[in-house]
Amino acid sequence: MSLWIVNLAGLLLAAAIVWWFWLSAPRARRAAAGGVIDVLVDGGVYTPARIEVTAAQPVTLRFLRKDPSPCAEKVLFDDLGASADLPVDRQVELTVTPPRAGEYAFTCQMKMYRGTLVAR
Amino acid sequence: MNDATPSIRLSIGGMSCAGCVATVENALKNVPGVAEAAVNFAEHTATVHGQVPASALIQAVADAGYQAAELRGREAEADKEAAEQAHYRRLKRKTLVAALVAAPLFVGEMLMLFPPLSTPAGRWWGLAAGIATLVVLVYAGGHFFRGAWKSFLAHSANMDTLIALGTGTAWVYSMAVLAFPDAVPSLAQHAYFEAAAVIIALINFGAALELRARGKTSEAIKRLIGLAPRTARVVRDGRELDVPIEEVGLNETLRVRPGEKIPVDGRIVDGRSAIDESMLTGEPLPVEKGVGDEVVGGTLNKTGSFLFQATRVGADTALARIIEMVRRAQSSKPAIGRLADKISAVFVPSVLLVAVLTFLVWFNFGPAPVVSYALVATMTVLIIACPCALGLATPISIMVGVGRAAESGILIRNGEALQQAGRLTAVVLDKTGTVTEGRPAVATLVPAAGWDEARLLAYAAGVEAGSEHPLAAAVVQAAEARQIVLAPAGDFAAVAGHGVRARVDGREVLFGNRKWMDDNGVVLDALPERAAGLAARGETPMYLAVDGRAAGIVGVADPVKDDSRAAIARLHAIGLKVIMITGDNAVTARAVAERVGVDEVLAEVLPEQKADRVAALQARGEIVGMVGDGINDAPALARADVGFAIGTGTDVAIESAAVTLMRGSLHGVPDAIAISKATVRNIKQNLFFAFVYNIVLIPVAAGALYPALKLMLNPMLAGAAMAMSSVTVVSNANRLRWIGRRRDAAEARP
Repeated sequence: MSLWIVNLAGLLLAAAIVWWFWLSAPRARRAAAGGVIDVLVDGGVYTPARIEVTAAQPVTLRFLRKDPSPCAEKVLFDDLGASADLPVDRQVELTVTPPRAGEYAFTCQMKMYRGTLVAR
Repeated sequence: MNDATPSIRLSIGGMSCAGCVATVENALKNVPGVAEAAVNFAEHTATVHGQVPASALIQAVADAGYQAAELRGREAEADKEAAEQAHYRRLKRKTLVAALVAAPLFVGEMLMLFPPLSTPAGRWWGLAAGIATLVVLVYAGGHFFRGAWKSFLAHSANMDTLIALGTGTAWVYSMAVLAFPDAVPSLAQHAYFEAAAVIIALINFGAALELRARGKTSEAIKRLIGLAPRTARVVRDGRELDVPIEEVGLNETLRVRPGEKIPVDGRIVDGRSAIDESMLTGEPLPVEKGVGDEVVGGTLNKTGSFLFQATRVGADTALARIIEMVRRAQSSKPAIGRLADKISAVFVPSVLLVAVLTFLVWFNFGPAPVVSYALVATMTVLIIACPCALGLATPISIMVGVGRAAESGILIRNGEALQQAGRLTAVVLDKTGTVTEGRPAVATLVPAAGWDEARLLAYAAGVEAGSEHPLAAAVVQAAEARQIVLAPAGDFAAVAGHGVRARVDGREVLFGNRKWMDDNGVVLDALPERAAGLAARGETPMYLAVDGRAAGIVGVADPVKDDSRAAIARLHAIGLKVIMITGDNAVTARAVAERVGVDEVLAEVLPEQKADRVAALQARGEIVGMVGDGINDAPALARADVGFAIGTGTDVAIESAAVTLMRGSLHGVPDAIAISKATVRNIKQNLFFAFVYNIVLIPVAAGALYPALKLMLNPMLAGAAMAMSSVTVVSNANRLRWIGRRRDAAEARP
């Protein structure tokens, strides 16, 4: 009996991992066109990690890094060719313009911090 | 004022009286987003608080009729270093606390000093160990748990997730064994407190080591930042004052004495001296400079004392722009890192799945006690997986490689250029200014019958006075040196790659190459034979024709750079085909080519055709590097797989090409290629290590060796391996700091 319960629990857990980390996305925050949106860099995540913006319009992200680990010291928008150094406890603004509708990842250098600009 | 409101400091130029202060302040305050603006007249600076980009402020000041430049001191770097130091101390403290708990638990467990958990005494011991471990998890490992939770909420997982799950599982299971001993089989009644504490200690220790090693990776940037002096001697109201470098205003006059560093960019207005620019250009010989010459902030004044006027300060100086470019390049990534990026993106959730499957496999098929084996294997999988090594592999090498290049006066624009430079199969060298000095001088005058040298030169210089061609300057200078009065010319027209046409004393004068003469039906008589003789010596013959008849030849020679031949030999030694391209005639080009030893010559190529010639080489399958001055050759540099802009000193436009060689020497090309190859090799080593580490050790941790060898990995060993994996990658990248140092040292020896 316990064998079945453990196996079932294990399979459910595996399914939950797939669903939570790959199939479902965090709630997005909408940025006003041409506006500024604050992004907190702490604890291994950008908050918010998913930001909706208007395609072909500049958007300014104001990063505030709280995590002292060097993993968080840079933010890169590989697809948009933009990057910024993030000193601890200092706000750093970075303005980017997603050229067309689509998803644009922003990450730390090691891809552990991950965020997405969703341009519509 | 809210301390959190960002502030920007500007240097303000053009303020002549206190009345200007209000004008500038108002201009700044009217910029949307500015909360407060204050101008300091004595310092010629402004401090602005508010959420506003510096560019908007600079524009507003310019619109008000003044000049502004952003001042960025070294505070940012100092702050970064202070924050890193504080983080290092915190990690050390956490390591120490975790080790103090972990060491006795580990030794006691190994030597079986603790009573078994099945006895009451054993349970008390266990409870004490559990509480001590909880302190370790909260104090020394709390950041892993907080990070894991935040990541989880954001539907993401990272290294914190793995460590928190690995150590958390160990602690919860051990406490469950203590609290409900009857719920698990007696053989599985084992606590793993020491494993959790040891892992936390080791991972903090590894992070501290990594932080130390990482500090070295940014040494190149620190060295560049350290080049600018902290103070400058400004002449104000006839008095020389020492002021912080951030307070130097545009257009202010500064004094530099022998042995002092030049604080900002400017132009010498009085005095002369030899300036050592090696720290920026890699050029070992000091450069003699006098009134009117540009000086660059961060370089060293060797011999004389001089006054100069500041033309660029703060973030606008060449040094600041170089630092900015290096920083940006260090953040970029070549294609080689993309696979690792894709894997990193799905790595941690994949490891979580492997951990669940590991548990189920052991639980269903493992030996007794299945719970213990399943738990140890799962914990080990979670702990040993190292996404950091994978993520660090590429960027850390790029950071060190780009920094090392900058120290040699080689500015690499991005990771892509760095990777491409190592793959080149052919290098195209522009002749003038690249293979040669780019300072042509009149070497021979051949007047035709009825003409003399002075008149030939007077006409030639007269028509060339209005031209911007490099050879034109040589002709004009030769006339001036002989104190020849230039024939006044009008109706000037230049045809690129051919020559010029003008009117002198009502006569039509043509000056240019053989094709220019032929196109205009000029009778050349025996002059072409003389021209061939000049060309064979490497001189460029230019014909002068008046009213359709040849008047003579002006032979211009551009000396080959001393080290061009040696640099080209180095390019050959690494298997590259070397091609010289020039608008010059074929005979002159071949003479120069033979002197320096290139494989192929493309002569008589018009400026606009250079890009096509590069494209033709690419169509032949070559991966082409183009080396030119970055201004006239811009289209060819852009067309090439890697464009190298070569310049002397900091005159070269540093953002015009993929690679900028600040030292005029062609040795910069093989140097850049060597650094590129070494960096790509280093990235490959890192990626290989990171992949092999994870691909081999995760299955081993899951128990792949158990069926054959009855061997299982201890979770504490997994913690040690994981802690060292990132350190290994960073240390390997740090080896790049030593590329070419021996050659540099050998060159520096007299």
